[in-house]
Amino acid sequence: MKISVAVTVNGKAVSAEVQARTLLVDFLRDSLHLAGTHVGCDTAQCGACTVLLDGKPVKSCNVLAVQAQGAQLTTIEGLAANGALHPMQAAFRQHHGLQCGFCTPGMVLSAIGLARENPNASDSEIRAALDGNFCRCTGYHNIVKAVQQGLAEMA
Amino acid sequence: MTDITERDASVRERAATARATRPSGPIGARIERKEDSRFLTGMGQYTADITLPRQTHAYFLRSPHAHARIRGIGKQLAEHMPGVLAIYTGADLPESVGGLPCGWLITGTDGQPMKEPKHPLLAQGKVRYVGDPVAIVVAESGDQAKEAAMMLQVDYEPLPAVVDVREARGAAAVVHDAAPDNTCYVWALGDAAAVDAAFARAAHVTTLEFANNRLIPNAIEPRACNASWSAADDSYTLYVANQNPHVERLLMAAFVLGIPEHKLRVIAPDVGGGFGSKICLYAEETVCVWASKRLGRPVRWTAERTESFLADAHGRDHWTHAELALDRDGRFLGLRVKTTAAMGAYLSTFSTCIPTILHATLLAGQYTTPAIHCEVTAVFTNTAPVDAYRGAGRPEATYVVERLVSTAAREMGLAQDEIRRRNFIRSFPYSTPVALTYDTGDYEACLDGAMKLADVAGFPARRAEAQARGRLRGLGFSSYIEACGLAPSNIAGALGARAGLFEVAEVRVHPTGKVTLFTGSHSHGQGHETTFAQVVAERLGISIEDVDVVHGDTGRIPFGMGTYGSRSIAVGGAAIMKACDKIIAKATRIAAHLMGAPAGEVRFLAGTFAVPGTTKNLPFAQVALAAYVPHNYPLAELEPGLDEIAFYDPTNFTYPAGTHICEVEVDPDTGATQVVNFSACDDFGNIVNPMIVEGQVHGGLAQGIGQALIEACVYDRESGQLLTASYMDYAMPRAADLPSFRLDNRVTPCTHNALGVKGCGEAGAIGAPPAVINAICDATGAKEIGMPATPERVWRALRAQRS
Repeated sequence: MKISVAVTVNGKAVSAEVQARTLLVDFLRDSLHLAGTHVGCDTAQCGACTVLLDGKPVKSCNVLAVQAQGAQLTTIEGLAANGALHPMQAAFRQHHGLQCGFCTPGMVLSAIGLARENPNASDSEIRAALDGNFCRCTGYHNIVKAVQQGLAEMA
Repeated sequence: MTDITERDASVRERAATARATRPSGPIGARIERKEDSRFLTGMGQYTADITLPRQTHAYFLRSPHAHARIRGIGKQLAEHMPGVLAIYTGADLPESVGGLPCGWLITGTDGQPMKEPKHPLLAQGKVRYVGDPVAIVVAESGDQAKEAAMMLQVDYEPLPAVVDVREARGAAAVVHDAAPDNTCYVWALGDAAAVDAAFARAAHVTTLEFANNRLIPNAIEPRACNASWSAADDSYTLYVANQNPHVERLLMAAFVLGIPEHKLRVIAPDVGGGFGSKICLYAEETVCVWASKRLGRPVRWTAERTESFLADAHGRDHWTHAELALDRDGRFLGLRVKTTAAMGAYLSTFSTCIPTILHATLLAGQYTTPAIHCEVTAVFTNTAPVDAYRGAGRPEATYVVERLVSTAAREMGLAQDEIRRRNFIRSFPYSTPVALTYDTGDYEACLDGAMKLADVAGFPARRAEAQARGRLRGLGFSSYIEACGLAPSNIAGALGARAGLFEVAEVRVHPTGKVTLFTGSHSHGQGHETTFAQVVAERLGISIEDVDVVHGDTGRIPFGMGTYGSRSIAVGGAAIMKACDKIIAKATRIAAHLMGAPAGEVRFLAGTFAVPGTTKNLPFAQVALAAYVPHNYPLAELEPGLDEIAFYDPTNFTYPAGTHICEVEVDPDTGATQVVNFSACDDFGNIVNPMIVEGQVHGGLAQGIGQALIEACVYDRESGQLLTASYMDYAMPRAADLPSFRLDNRVTPCTHNALGVKGCGEAGAIGAPPAVINAICDATGAKEIGMPATPERVWRALRAQRS
């Protein structure tokens, strides 16, 4: 059975017919061709699929597309404006907070979510806040530095 | 192993001065990465992001048993499921399709070649580990393929299984009939008699026995492929998450599918981490290539995470008994090592060389130990195959040496730095008793650097402060060495390698003077698009914005051996230098013609050709234009164009080395261990981009600390089931598990490549595990604590100390 879902993604209203069981991440990747949202696991652990749903980070592998009905979604493709990187993206670049890039979209969006929750997060609070995002490349050292700077610039 | 007495003096000289001559050039600069723009905006293109016209989707049905006979496979229900296009099992593969090859032949101490049972693409007759692929289902959608696979009816007759490396020999379970006693080979290196003599005169012997725990690599991008076939010219294109596309093509075309190599194009686009697990040729992508022609449609497969746990090649899994003989002053006299190494159920691509060539040869470490003997028994087990994982053999060797050294120091009442200083190699080149010749190094400089970073002098006060809080502090040293830059092909060949280990670079100068570099190395996070551009920009005196780097495509790059073993800058970078040299040589002749001067008088410096003592000069771009618009050109003696290919085969390994110092705090009530400081002082030779090198070290340290404290692959001993098959069961290091790292470096340039570089990718994973465990032993007083040092293990060790 197909169900119609209408959402706003990166500021654009979109709608599509999906199956009831279609995950939000598959809707983004397969229906909307926004492949920047990655799938790294199937148990909602790795966080590579993190997007912002009404401003809050969610793991899009753990949300049905139909649950997002009417929501404002932000994916990694929607952060840069007029060719300029979002301050969090720029901080990741400046501090070498990414290597293979696969976890990066989820990591950046989780960090942006943190800005809402705890804009003055300490080193250990940043580490705790990134509990749901795995990175196998960086050892997190530079990610923490990048998030510190990104938070400061977003404040 | 190598003769470096006839080293090229000019190469040595250039390497030594590479930084000094142009301190302000791109080499050595902390330049932000070119590739980051696309990764940060979601514009990266990983294999699973690619959808081809008329795409189909594959799902692999895998064995639920560790060992079983397949009595039959019923397809009928599955074949009639919606969207199903084809179902193939091992019985459907034609005889012309071979098994997956092993790339390294080990000859045993008995003179016999290793046992090399067939590794079928899909199980034939038996399954040998949980996750062994049994059938492929291809359907119009991924969901349809999976749903149909669930309807396949496989009649299994379970057989006894063995999963523990220590129990393989003598087990009731026989993994392969062709390998009695589950033994693949027994191999040895070194002089056993000399070692016996050393132990006979030793004042002290330190003995340890331990596991090097099995790990699951867990690149965050799961393995994936998308294979298509073109009826127009009977050719194939394979997109695959892989670290060495040319090797993948060669092995798949020539050794498995029997298709002409030039009819298979392998593209490894953006790849989300590898750590060794994407070196191997796997069954899944090979079956998809084969099926793409059978179906006449592209076949895509992406692993689910649990499939990654079950069927990616695992790492480590050694059981080792090791003894170090010392004189009364703590000088090392001899080292005796006996290791049993798991191969898993089948021999993966480079599995066999890891516990031998990449392990036993590193047992001298940084020390002058005069007599070393190592015996390695490789065994088959009913587990996923074991292959390279970050460091591959060298972490295992470092763990043996550095655990023994630290334990010996404690037993003999010597300071951790003092026992190392008494045994460091100080004169180079140095030939070890285990077949390597170290070209250069300064081990004491790194030790001193690490001790300064770690504030070893202040440790007693920190320990006392922790004690006052009821906590135990410990300090652990690890002075590691690795052999990187794999490898001189002739030496590797003599040791059993079935491939060359050179690297290739093509530098294509366009008419406008812009450059495309085609490299046989492959970046899956290492930042080659930036560092390699820095090398080209420095050498040709142009802006790094004017250099684009192309990698990962057999259709565009002449050849390549790929990225593993910290070889990309040491071998791939040297190939780039060589190709640039050819460009400069040809451009110099063009410039000489244009300036009306003898070529011998033209000098190239900072992007300009000039005749010293005159005002004659030409910028690089103008010479490039002349090469493509050859109106005024020495056509009789020189071809137009400016595009050069270089193959570089190194003359020796490179030997990065350093000292890592870990400081831990243990809660004696719970056994929980926290790494409170981690300091690493490394010598990677010259450094092209310090920012990227630091990132590589951070990542390696995280994996090394992960191995030491939390990561373990666990199979159930009775059932052979993988108990750690998801992120809810396998402990991946998270941000809060790790400290910020303190890094420093010292530089002794490599003497035998033009950049003076050694490689940095694996150092952290090699140096960290013994540093962590030595620190916990220091904190708790325990002699041995197994990895991973979970709270339970540490707590039990403390209890044992008290009783």
